[in-house]
Amino acid sequence: MIEAVGLTKRYGARTAVHNLSFQVRPGAVTGFLGPNGSGKSTTMRMILGLDTPSAGAVTIGGHPYRRLPNAPRQVGALLDAKAVHGGRSARNHLLCLAQLSGIPARRVDEVLGVVGLQAVAKKRSKGFSLGMGQRLGIAAALLGDPQVLLFDEPVNGLDPEGILWVRNLMKSLAAEGRTVFVSSHLMSEMALTADHLIVIGRGQLLADTSISQFISQNSSDFARVRTPDTEPALREKLGTVLGGAGGQVLPEPDGALRVTGLPLPRISDLAHEAGIRLWELSPHQASLEEAYMRMTQGAVDYRSTDDKLAGFDQPLPPGAQPPPQLPVPGQGQPGWYPPPPPQQGGPVPAGRPYGIPAQAPAGQPYGAPVQAPAAPVAAPAPQPHPYREDSR
Amino acid sequence: MSTPTPPQQAYAQPPAPQQVPQQGHGPGQPAPGGSYVSPIPVRETHLGDALASEWTKIRSVRSTLWTLGVMAFLMLGIGLATAAAVAGSDTSLENESALGLGFFGVLLGSICVMTLGVLTIASEYGTGMIRTTLTACPARGRVLAAKALVFFLLVFTMTTVLAALVGALQTAMITDAVDPSGGEWLRSTVGVGLFVALIGLLALSVGAIIRHSAGAITLMIGVMLLPLVAAMFMFSESLAGVRDFLLEYSIPSLLIGVYGEAAAGADAGPTGWQPVWIMLGISLAALIGAAVALNSRDV
Repeated sequence: MIEAVGLTKRYGARTAVHNLSFQVRPGAVTGFLGPNGSGKSTTMRMILGLDTPSAGAVTIGGHPYRRLPNAPRQVGALLDAKAVHGGRSARNHLLCLAQLSGIPARRVDEVLGVVGLQAVAKKRSKGFSLGMGQRLGIAAALLGDPQVLLFDEPVNGLDPEGILWVRNLMKSLAAEGRTVFVSSHLMSEMALTADHLIVIGRGQLLADTSISQFISQNSSDFARVRTPDTEPALREKLGTVLGGAGGQVLPEPDGALRVTGLPLPRISDLAHEAGIRLWELSPHQASLEEAYMRMTQGAVDYRSTDDKLAGFDQPLPPGAQPPPQLPVPGQGQPGWYPPPPPQQGGPVPAGRPYGIPAQAPAGQPYGAPVQAPAAPVAAPAPQPHPYREDSR
Repeated sequence: MSTPTPPQQAYAQPPAPQQVPQQGHGPGQPAPGGSYVSPIPVRETHLGDALASEWTKIRSVRSTLWTLGVMAFLMLGIGLATAAAVAGSDTSLENESALGLGFFGVLLGSICVMTLGVLTIASEYGTGMIRTTLTACPARGRVLAAKALVFFLLVFTMTTVLAALVGALQTAMITDAVDPSGGEWLRSTVGVGLFVALIGLLALSVGAIIRHSAGAITLMIGVMLLPLVAAMFMFSESLAGVRDFLLEYSIPSLLIGVYGEAAAGADAGPTGWQPVWIMLGISLAALIGAAVALNSRDV
């Protein structure tokens, strides 16, 4: 149980964390989300008593970390995989931490096994890859078999097998009744791992909610309807019919229609009554990625300079839904976001909801203003490595 | 995790949003605010644990081997070379024992000790390891005390043994010198060991305050050599007082004093055990400053 009350951290004139209050409960994986520089790591350091808050307090089980009895046996943390002396072997690194925490030395070999580093236990950690460093950091966090675990970007640099392992590890740790607090900016990863979300932007709390609530509050489900490609007139007709029945219809670039506000059976009935054949009628759920992007777009500190839309952020008009996308592992990094709908037909949103985040590759085709043709949307330009935070 | 949840979970507290802070829960009791209890026995940690940890740290990095190896090489090499030169020439040491010849080797060796002292703590800041360490042990004073103690004892033992070895070889090689008294032996071994280890402790404290290896090492070398060099160029009469003070109290002069001689150019100055106590005062003051800084600053 981690509890922050009015947590504030100022560095001179800059406020890194402002009046942050939240609770992290045991038995669940709590995701801690926010754009780069939003204060995630500062908050984690304050939880661990490394930084002193300028105002407010954060406690673990009722105690500030520095007054927590047997702290390393109650709290384990991975802050920075690089926070090891590179000249020391993995085993000696863990051994000195175990000795400091009063943990039997045989536990060191145990955690080395858990993270799969036995083969390189005697090697100096200087030569470790980023993924191996993460594994060593996770081993250090698990050393005390603690009841509260903090992980700052644990999947950075891990291979797909490692990511799956971390995901299952988090879940199993939480299932044992532990408190697991994981910071990340990989939305898709959080969608698969976390039960609860705490979102911050510019050091302030944006959301503290469960995953499913977060998505439903920030976006909505839709149905994709496709009429035969050979008869464009049917598409227009269906759009009119569905619009008349109270649905919101947005055409998609490949000719499908995106319908919100009508249940699937009703869409089918309406099409049948109008004598329109359907090639596709499928339910889609808005992704965490998209909900997160909408929430934090105003709080992104580091934006690429060729973002011509930064000044155009406006609240969405009712009815205009951003194009959602199913969560796909690997597409979760902030460099990716779903394509905008084309503008012919359907209602035109007054403003573009997408602020291009920091990692957006230059020359993104999606930054098109409202009048632009909805052209090459399906093939996102150079994708950064799915699991590497390319901003560091 | 492979560690199964033990059956005594039954009386563990259920997860509650607002938990009353518990005081003094011991092993076997549930951790505050949660329901998982580790099967690994929980015990209070103390300074001994931190000492074991710091010993593991200091012996598992190469910089320790390198700096202390170079120090041994300098003390033995220069000590024996000086002794050989004196033994081979006609110059007599007059009323002095051969032990004073160890001075040059120790002076250069102490630069290695300063480097190691700074690296012992500043490398933790450089690598970020300090955050891992202070997460594992939030009692920051204990971490600093353990670091200082392990480093001090290692350097003290090493210097004392080397000084004794060099002294024995020097007195054996130079036969026409006065036989050193028991007090001289004690000062040139244990006294020198203490003095050098205290210089190292000062360096460690400076490293903890500055938190940057290169900066702290540079500063320490400056503190060690600059006063003496500056004094050599203070020709003006108005600066005579300052010059004499620097000549008597600079670190090399103090080290000469430990051997029982006044530094060259200085008429008087602390000799015997006095320099060791002076150094002890300086180092302890710096260590207290480092403890205050470590406790109050963010890491």
